[in-house]
Parts: sequence; structure tokens; C-alpha cells
Amino acid sequence: MRLGLSAIVTSIIGLVIIGALVLVAIFAPLIAPHDPTKGALSDRLTPPFWQEGGSSAHLLGTDLLGRDTLSRLIYGARTSLAVAALAILVAGTAGSLLGAVAGYLGGWANTIIMRLVDLAFSFPAILLAMVLAVVVGPSFFNIIFVISLVLWAEYARMARGETLRVREMDYVALAQVAGVSKTRILMRHILPNIATSLIVLATLQVGIVIIMESSLSFLGVGVPPPTPAWGSMIAEGRSYVVTAWWLSMVPGVAIVATVLSFNLLGDTLTELLNPARQA
Amino acid sequence: MQRYIVRRLLQGLVTLFLVSIIVFILGRLTGDPVALLLSEFSTFEDQERLTRQLGLDKPLPEQYAIFLWNAVRGDLGRSIRGDRAPALNLILERLPATVQLASISVLLSFLIGLLLGVLAATKRGSLVDTLSRVLALLGQATPVFWLGIVAMYVFSVQLKLLPTSGYGTPKQFVLPVFALSAFTVAAFLRLTRSGMLEALESEYVKLARIKGLSETTVVWKHALRNSLIPVITYLGTVFGRMVTGTVVVETVFAWPGVGRLAFDAVMLRDFPVLQAVVLFMATAFIGVNLAVDVLYAYIDPRIRYS
Repeated sequence: MRLGLSAIVTSIIGLVIIGALVLVAIFAPLIAPHDPTKGALSDRLTPPFWQEGGSSAHLLGTDLLGRDTLSRLIYGARTSLAVAALAILVAGTAGSLLGAVAGYLGGWANTIIMRLVDLAFSFPAILLAMVLAVVVGPSFFNIIFVISLVLWAEYARMARGETLRVREMDYVALAQVAGVSKTRILMRHILPNIATSLIVLATLQVGIVIIMESSLSFLGVGVPPPTPAWGSMIAEGRSYVVTAWWLSMVPGVAIVATVLSFNLLGDTLTELLNPARQA
Repeated sequence: MQRYIVRRLLQGLVTLFLVSIIVFILGRLTGDPVALLLSEFSTFEDQERLTRQLGLDKPLPEQYAIFLWNAVRGDLGRSIRGDRAPALNLILERLPATVQLASISVLLSFLIGLLLGVLAATKRGSLVDTLSRVLALLGQATPVFWLGIVAMYVFSVQLKLLPTSGYGTPKQFVLPVFALSAFTVAAFLRLTRSGMLEALESEYVKLARIKGLSETTVVWKHALRNSLIPVITYLGTVFGRMVTGTVVVETVFAWPGVGRLAFDAVMLRDFPVLQAVVLFMATAFIGVNLAVDVLYAYIDPRIRYS
């Protein structure tokens, strides 16, 4: 599958942005000019440096408590990427395993797991997240748990589909004839061969998870303060949108850029690895 | 076909049953309602009496049975605040506002997405194609709530063209629908475009052209029909997107709908209402999925035998 020039250019742009983001997230304490959780009230609501009243000490201005927007943006990247990475890891591993088991073993395992998948798909994600946030209380790990609960079913469904396709292959039949245990067949033959589609799915999901996490933070049921999160920054800035537009606008642009990059990457991967399937 | 419908219906009922169990368990996990309802000066006897009155002293399976029986008859509990209105009434009051918002958004995004998708596929490489694809990329990367805030800032605050919030006049529909539709327009656009690109390369389209049919007929009658299947599949997912979307859009634009009801319930810890909304939405969700599956099986007979 040959990639056109525009596809190559956009994926490179996407990769660069993602790379920069990951570096920023990892080295946040070294890069951020200020402490994101502490602000001086005397500095509150300073505009970005290119507007009058702005200063070079706070390149993107400050919020209502005097906290530096740029620093909060940088630490917010940490939150979003960490939540996305962990949630997809948990949901992807659990979901893929369950899906592969359902596809390979069939029978009761298949019925039970597929009913659970239907169940997961029947719950509107955000309502479930809101309910769980009320029941277990918002915290970093609870958010990952909640998002994983919503996400795993899609991996299970894809893993099952792929397993059904792969288990008809010759090498599986050979292994079965040779007397290899079912577990080993699953681990050594099936999983590696369905991994490609699952990785593509994971890449496409990062954007969705980041939007989900920011939506939950916006509604107040996401990562709790004082941890900076792009969604809660937007929520805080909402009341000041007329006078302090940067509070809500800047984190939003960050979200769009991040999700866009991951989507571009995912699209390119889809074209490269799954040429017959549609995104 | 009928066997398929019956099978799917039974599956749906089983799922609904499981959903109700989960909702019930979640409800019981939120803590002791007696402590919430009575003041701290209540006596032990008062607490005992309320417990018996609310049926909380019965064994758990029996409580669940009562919960289910009530739910089926339309009693989904009462709000814990203010006048203790029945939760179902609260939902039904606000349902029209949400349904209007959601259905207009879905319809508009379907039509616009389809149109742009066909144009992008037929005029491949043109300005329309490039613009549509950029729009689609941006649409899928922008969070709904932020788009709403930006739109509100640009059109209401700066340009003063549209009202910022509220419900009632057609002008008040514009911004919420815009925010809600962006993502789904993008999705419909991409699905239609890729489906059309594939369809336009196919054998039956070549045959139609050889037969001498006009390009319009070829595109709109033959190619489009066959590329609609993934689009219709997506309609099932759209409902889920709409539920999520309406919660944030209604919050941003102060829209008096079910989404706002859920959000307020979370903020005020009004669990009976939240529970009722979840149950209601999940039921609607299962119903919509069932309808989409049946529609899909009607269009593509291969599905019925899977």
C-alpha cells in the first residue's frame, strides 16, 4: 500500500507533535516555568504576553488564582497522556484477552463474554462515568478504571473477530494436531497475529480517551484538583471567557492538536497495516 | 428474518436485565439513604421505622425484585431534593428538549456529511475534497464542550449574532446543534467518502456507465446505495455519541434537557434521579441498537445467518 505525499507529510507532522508532547509530559518539572498549583493572587488574570498587560514571566497568562497557564498546560499534558496510556493499556489488554478467548474457545465462554460486551456497549459512557464518580469518588486511578470499563468492549469485539479469522489458519491447525495446549496456542499463535489490528485500534482510541477524560474533567467528575487537567482548566475559564479568553481557549487548542496528531497517526497506520479495512 | 428479530429481542432483554442489576447495585453502593433523609437528631426508633418503610430491611434479592417491579410500572424513585418529584416525571419533562436537539443534530449531520462525502469522493483531489477532509479531521479532534464554548464566544459575545443560552426560539437552537453535530458530520463524511470511493471502483458501477446511464444516476442511485451500509451501522453508535454530547452541550448552553438533569443530579448527589436517567438511557440505547441491527439485517441478508 503506497502512501501519497500528503499522507506522509501529515503523519510526520503528527509524529512530531506527539513526540514533542510526550517529551513535554515526561520532562514537565524541568520545562514548566512555574509551579502549576501555586499562584500569587497579585498576578491573577494576567493576559498572554502578546496582549497589553501581559508579561514574559507568564507567557500564556495566569488564571483566577494567579497560576501560570503555560505550566498548567504542560502538567495537563501529563495528566491526559498518563490517563490515556494507562486506560488503553488496561482496557486493551483485558479486552483483547477476553475477545481472543471468546473467539477461540467459542461455546459458553463466547456467549458469556459477548453478553458482557453487549452490556458494556449499552451503557452510555459518560453516564456510567458520572455515576461511578459519585459512587467511588473522583481520583486519578478511578478515572482510569472508569474509562477502561467503557473501552474494553471494543477491543474484545475486534479481538474476537480477528481470532475467528486467524484460527482457521494452517499454523493453528498444525499446532493443534501436534498437541499443543490451548493456552499456548492462544499465547504464541493467535495473539501475535491479531496484535496489528489491536495496535491500530489503540492508536485511534488515544484521541477518544483524551476527549473523554477532558469531558469528564470539564463536568467536574474527572481528575480532581489540584491536579491540572485540560478539561477542568476549560471549565474554570468558562465564567471568564469574555475578559480572560485565554483560560478556556488555550487548553482547548492543546486538546485539538493532540487528538488531531493521534488521529493522523492512526489513519496512516490503518492504511499501512490494514489496507482492506476501512477506518 | 423473524427468527433473527426474536433472537435479537431476547438478547436485548437479557442485556436490559443485566443493566438493571448493575444500576441497582450501584444505587445501593452510594450509602445509607436513611442517614441522608433524617436529621442527626432522629431517634433510633425513627431510623428503624424509616428503614422498614423504605423496605431496606428486606433481603437484597427481594429489594431488587421490588426495584424491578417498580421500574416496570414506571416508578423510578424520587428526587432527594426540593419537592421530591418522581424521577420519571423529571425525565419526561425534559425529554422533548433533548430529543429535539439530538434529532435535529443527527439529521443535519447525516445530510451534510453524506452530501460532502459524495462530493469529496466524486471530485477527488479538488478544493471541495481537501476542505471536506480538513473539516472532518478537525471535527473529530475537537471536544464538543469546547466547541460550544468557542462558538458561544465568537457568535454570541463578540459578534452578538446569536443568544448565548436558553431554550425556545429557533435562534437558540443554532449554536447547540452546531456544537453537537461537528463530530458526527465528520464521521458521516469520512464513512461516506471512503464507501463511495470503493463503490465507484466496483464492477457494477462500471457496468452502469457502460450501459450509458448518466453520471448523476450512477453516483446517486447505484454507488451511494451500496456505500451506505457502514453509514447505517454508524447510526447505532451515533445515539451513544448523542447522549454524551447532550450532557455537555446542555451544560454549556443551559439547555433544559435530560443531559442537564443528569449533570445536576451528579453535582447535587441526587442519586435516585441519576439512577433513573441511566436506566432510562440504557433502555433507549438497547432499543435503538436493536432497531439498527434489524434494519441492518434487512438490508444485508448475510447478517441474519451469522
